[in-house]
Amino acid sequence: MEMTKGLVSILLTAILTNNYILAKFLGICPFLGVSKKLNTAMGMSVAVIFVMALSTAVTYPINTLLVSRDMEYLQTIVFILVIAALVQLVEIILKKYIPALYSALGIYLPLITTNCAVLGVVLLNIDEGYGFVESMVNSVGAGLGFMLAMFMFSGVRERMEANDIPKFMRGLPITLVAASLVSVSFLGFAGIIENIFS
Amino acid sequence: MAEKKSLGKEFSKGIIAENPVLRLVLGTCPTLAVTTSVSSAIGMGVAASIVLICSNVVISALRKVIPNKVRIPAYVVIIASFVTIVQMIVKAFVPALDAALGVYLPLIVVNCIILGRAEAFASKNPVLASAVDGLGMGVGFTVALFLMSSIREIFGAGTFMAGIKDLLAIFGDVSFNGFSVPFLNENPMLIFLLPPGGFFVFGILMATVNKLAESKGKPRAELRGCEACPMAKNCNLHSCENSSKEVNG
Repeated sequence: MEMTKGLVSILLTAILTNNYILAKFLGICPFLGVSKKLNTAMGMSVAVIFVMALSTAVTYPINTLLVSRDMEYLQTIVFILVIAALVQLVEIILKKYIPALYSALGIYLPLITTNCAVLGVVLLNIDEGYGFVESMVNSVGAGLGFMLAMFMFSGVRERMEANDIPKFMRGLPITLVAASLVSVSFLGFAGIIENIFS
Repeated sequence: MAEKKSLGKEFSKGIIAENPVLRLVLGTCPTLAVTTSVSSAIGMGVAASIVLICSNVVISALRKVIPNKVRIPAYVVIIASFVTIVQMIVKAFVPALDAALGVYLPLIVVNCIILGRAEAFASKNPVLASAVDGLGMGVGFTVALFLMSSIREIFGAGTFMAGIKDLLAIFGDVSFNGFSVPFLNENPMLIFLLPPGGFFVFGILMATVNKLAESKGKPRAELRGCEACPMAKNCNLHSCENSSKEVNG
């Protein structure tokens, strides 16, 4: 029971209070770049959840190995290479065996390799000292939080299209100010998790 | 003489005309994340600049050796090695900066500016020009971070350059430890330090830069979606191409 409580708390924290985009500023590029349409935003988010979960599952044992050999300093190099190779591998496998899934997610996969949210979640799991199950829950939570932020923000942007915006604010500036407002709404979740589980 | 002049141009373009953050809109994650205080922003700028210069030099020196097909992984390994070196140096000599930057220090690896310059400049140009380009872009990045963090720290905490002492400790004992801004010091606007403030200040800064650029007849800075991404050539991302065209058009 205690364990489940802890895991639910980690999951909700990653989705709401410590949202990777809106509170930790990881993965801003796709957040601003592909949030223009709801479809692309959702496709990207599902691919991010998938890659985050997969790379956590793969890097966790590798990290245990590195720690046992006193080679923690290699973490950055090893993780970025493992993630890049993994994404490439998944892309090839999907293309060959599950073409339907590939056509839905495949196009987003190469882009995710250099997405800081994926490397970020892997490194943060280690910083927090999470075990395997906790790491997996945190990664899936981070991915879901990414999806939630993308979903909300693409809705905001679709509505913003038709509006009459002052010329100097058009484009990126108004997008960032809108992101600021979406981020304010997430501030409301601060402290809520601690209160539920105290 | 002509050589010197063009080198000067390579250097200065990174600061104003092609400022990586304010004009090319690259490296937005660290720009938003570490600008809560001027000292951590400067630390981030300097760390990223060192990685940028070193990786530009090595990639440029190896540009004829690295086969075209595996160049991206090769660049990533070179960049990651320098990030690891910088990470170790920071941990050993400036532990306060390591604590302030946290996970964003290793995340310099995935900073688009560095891979972007490797792909766009260092892979095509001689060593000296690449080093100067790296220096210029690094200074441009640091200047942008400095601007952002000055606004956020002055309004959000009522201080300026607080904690710079720990950063300068690497050069010996410095007594200067920043200023305190009257009035704002007693009534800081915390929202500027919180994530929404980061987005807001960046938005206003981009609007100001766009306005200035327009008044000089230069194009506005736009988020160019996947075009700006160094991976763009490797992925046949039709949907992303479309979305970036929409952004442009």
